[in-house]
Amino acid sequence: MAEEVKLFGVWGSPFSRRVEIALKLKGVDYEYVEEDLSNKSPLLLKYNPVHKKVPAFVHNGKAIAESQVILEYIDETWKNSPILPKDPYGRAQARFWASFIDEKCLPALWKASWPCEDHEKVKDEAREHLKTLENELKDKKFFGGETVGLVDIVANFIAYWLPRIQKATGAELLTEEKYPKLYQWGHEFENHGVVKEKLPPSDKLIAFFKDRFESVSTSK
Amino acid sequence: MADEVKLFGVWGSPFSRRVEIALKLKGVNYEFFEEDLSNKSALLLKYNPIYKKVPTLVHNGKAIAESQIILEYIDETWKNSPILPKDPYERAQARFWARFIDEKLMPTLWKVFWGCEDHDKVKEEAKEHLETLENELKDKKFFGGETVGLVDIVGNFIAYWVPRIQEASGLVLLTEEKYPKLYQWSHEFENHGDVKVKLPPNDKLLAYIKSRLEGVSTSK
Repeated sequence: MAEEVKLFGVWGSPFSRRVEIALKLKGVDYEYVEEDLSNKSPLLLKYNPVHKKVPAFVHNGKAIAESQVILEYIDETWKNSPILPKDPYGRAQARFWASFIDEKCLPALWKASWPCEDHEKVKDEAREHLKTLENELKDKKFFGGETVGLVDIVANFIAYWLPRIQKATGAELLTEEKYPKLYQWGHEFENHGVVKEKLPPSDKLIAFFKDRFESVSTSK
Repeated sequence: MADEVKLFGVWGSPFSRRVEIALKLKGVNYEFFEEDLSNKSALLLKYNPIYKKVPTLVHNGKAIAESQIILEYIDETWKNSPILPKDPYERAQARFWARFIDEKLMPTLWKVFWGCEDHDKVKEEAKEHLETLENELKDKKFFGGETVGLVDIVGNFIAYWVPRIQEASGLVLLTEEKYPKLYQWSHEFENHGDVKVKLPPNDKLLAYIKSRLEGVSTSK
């Protein structure tokens, strides 16, 4: 019986791209549906009625939402090239850092990237979280060890989006001097043979952030 | 070799109690350390240096933080009385609803009860989320089906704390008329043999909530 795998996403969303990276790592074929978030398709609303967001993942007609939930589903369904370790403690640690990235790092980094109140304080928080990640990486090539794992995939925003936001806006949060290990990791990640095919085109992303920066700066 | 299981928690915290419920369901013996959150122990800070919060679980010297991550660890380590289903799709659904409770429902309920800006708007949001959960429960005894599962445990705040906050504050959202299934479920949950011995004492919790509400209203 042929598998039917569909992914509803948007080209520029790190959350959407996480799922694409995981599917590619495991060699799973899928049909991709590009959504227009200002005009969501009836299928998206049917498959993710609670949040109405991307990514939404459909496997043989059954829908799953929320990128980290999707990643765990993918790992449990296609057992080759695992993205989570086998042992419960290692898995707990991976989930902990994935959770830290989504709940602490990303919100702080996003806020710090754009003009806002208390900008210095917001930037300090972002830097603190980057430092925490830097310390966690230690001397590993990837957070997953020798291979890309859950934490690396969830941290895709930091490896690929953040440097491009910095290029577009002049913000300087993640630098080689301050975070040499994270910086090095970012390069390993974005150049990884499988990962790089599932990242948005660099120029298109930078242009998108430049536009956003302009409209955010002029609206104040 | 004897298993050494320690839990750092506080008597009144739903997050802390989640872990106790799971350990009790699986018949796992553990040593409990009641923390004073205004004077955190050196051990807590050692075992949870990133968040410095309860609950923190330590199993044979290895520490795990964040209640949902601890619950998954417990389920993977002690395989009797599973709290997550075996099938990947069902597991994804459980994780989705656990996340929904922690990321959407609980924050809005919390804001409504303790006071916030745009109170009416947030109240409407909270009611919407309760309705979503009511619809998800359908005719099941528990979210986990016939037995208490991850979503029931993560929903402990709704089953046990919310009625007491409502009693103490007079602010009532969850009623039998509006949410009959959720109401019924909360009674099943709080009277479940293993669960009820791991819930805070009713009077003590009510008194604590009352004193906190007084503190909140006098400080405004």
